[in-house]
Amino acid sequence: MANVRYLSATRVFSKGAPPAVDALDLDVKDGEFMVLVGPSGSGKTTALRMLAGLEPIDRGGVEIGERDVTQVPPKDRDIAMVFQNYALYPQKTVAENMGFALKMQHVPRADRDRRVREAARLLDLDEKLLDRKPKQLSGGQRQRVAMGRAIVREPKVFLMDEPLSNLDAKLRVQTRSQIAELQRRLGVTTVYVTHDQVEAMTMGHRVAVLREGRLQQCDTPRQLYDNPVNQFVAGFIGSPAMNLQTVPLTDGGVQLGGTTFPLPAAAGAAAKQAGLKELVIGIRPEHLHLADGSGELRGEVLLVEELGADALLHVRLAGAGDPVVARAEGRRPPAQGQGVTFHVQTDDVFAFHPVTGARLAG
Amino acid sequence: MTSTTARPGPRRVPRWVGNVGWAVLAWAVALAFFTPVLWMAITAFKPESAAETWPPQFIFKPTLAEFRLAITGMGPFLVHSIIATVGSTVLVLLLGVPAAYALSVYPVRAWRDGLFFFISTKMLPIVAVIGPLYVIALHAHLLDSLGLLIILYTAMNLPLAIWMIRSFMLEVPNELLEAARLDGAGRVREMGSVILPVISPGLVSTALICMIFAWNELFLALNLTVTNAATMPMFLISSVPQEGLYIAHLSAAALIASIPVIIIGWLAQRSLVRGLSMGAIK
Repeated sequence: MANVRYLSATRVFSKGAPPAVDALDLDVKDGEFMVLVGPSGSGKTTALRMLAGLEPIDRGGVEIGERDVTQVPPKDRDIAMVFQNYALYPQKTVAENMGFALKMQHVPRADRDRRVREAARLLDLDEKLLDRKPKQLSGGQRQRVAMGRAIVREPKVFLMDEPLSNLDAKLRVQTRSQIAELQRRLGVTTVYVTHDQVEAMTMGHRVAVLREGRLQQCDTPRQLYDNPVNQFVAGFIGSPAMNLQTVPLTDGGVQLGGTTFPLPAAAGAAAKQAGLKELVIGIRPEHLHLADGSGELRGEVLLVEELGADALLHVRLAGAGDPVVARAEGRRPPAQGQGVTFHVQTDDVFAFHPVTGARLAG
Repeated sequence: MTSTTARPGPRRVPRWVGNVGWAVLAWAVALAFFTPVLWMAITAFKPESAAETWPPQFIFKPTLAEFRLAITGMGPFLVHSIIATVGSTVLVLLLGVPAAYALSVYPVRAWRDGLFFFISTKMLPIVAVIGPLYVIALHAHLLDSLGLLIILYTAMNLPLAIWMIRSFMLEVPNELLEAARLDGAGRVREMGSVILPVISPGLVSTALICMIFAWNELFLALNLTVTNAATMPMFLISSVPQEGLYIAHLSAAALIASIPVIIIGWLAQRSLVRGLSMGAIK
């Protein structure tokens, strides 16, 4: 049980190329479930591998439990990793797979067997499976063996590299909650990498959003959703994504949907101070409230996606711009081609700098 | 819709003609390769008088006389072949596996040069070096010894073995090696517990190919051995007398000489196919 700290950790793959991980500063508390999330190429897997010791750290360092492990080989860092493709030894049985690390540590056989059995029980792995080879198991079972291999080592930190990405959708949802529950029970510090923001939001105590090697924001899921620090985080977290549009700025507010829309006071002041003529506003789909003709924003429905409980309306707002997505009640959504109006509360509107993407008056 | 090419108008030739055509071609090629072997097998059972006739006789009274003749005196040749083949193959594997490791999993800095050097030795025609080889063997007192054959067959097969084993090692998923590293496996453990089990079908097919090449090798054996290390191919040559009929006798001897290789190939055909196609399917 230990905390993890990245201290301006940097990794450059080839000289002259932009860093894959750029001066990452991250503090993971003891027992915390930290999710590293971001699109492909954001450096999240590289950051995880730097913590594991599988990737050298070019500048800066990393600490586990207040101990600098930058130069320490992987096997001495007291960590355990669950790989994306599980990396189970094909020629060994499940029990041998799970016990391999302990065997390397010269743990006596009786202890080894006991710990393997305990881990199997914790993961709901039937005892019968312990003598089978990986190729005789289903995908979900293999994933649990991979986790069991990590649990058995009783490490200070769990590292997980997109462990759910090879499972089908239903199994993924099931296993997601099992992993979160397991981490709660064991209380081991966990660093979890995923590209799926739903996993990030549902599993993490805190989530670190990465983009092109740089940390954008590290916060609780709630904070990330309600207070994104820049346009990228705002557009990345939340599904369907926040509607972002570049709109001209006038004295009364922004031009949107055929009307002049006032900005929240702080954002408006910040925009004026920066002397901006236009900015990017963001409105989440659920904050576009369908109003029966009385709303301020006018538009025409291009497409209705019926999800059952909700309906997603793709609407072209008056005054051009890209279509926006609005969430509406599922039972009687408007028809395609219908003219609609929306009501938005001023406080639900986010404003971002058109060039830097930074949130105005965050 | 099964047609894969866009062709204007209807097909001029019905589909089944193409399939039949390929089947006929495949059979023709297979028969072309197999017929001489079959002929050799049949001829082995003929009495010498009926062996070399035209038109060839298919109906004859089978006899084991030629086999009996062939077997007498074959003993030492067989033993020498077995020792040279097995010995050189074991040596090839012992040397080839670490070499392939240094060229694939943890490559040394000059791995490209090393690889090219190994293959370049196969570009040399053996006829060009037989003279110097003879002289070296003479001075090292190795002429007509099994040790010499083992050394030379190892050298002959090592480049191919290294290339093959290397390609199998490259197929081992990187994640597996990283997991082993994280689990605390050192190099020896990594090799023994992870790499070797995964590539074992590849090792079997490599060993088989090396054995086939060593078993059938004639040129070096002919020039560098006389009696103490003479191998089966030399026995076959010695079955060809200066005058007189010999086809049946030769066929019988050749059939016996081929049997070990055929048996090995038969027993391991599945592993052979798996080993040779290992990279193809994930």
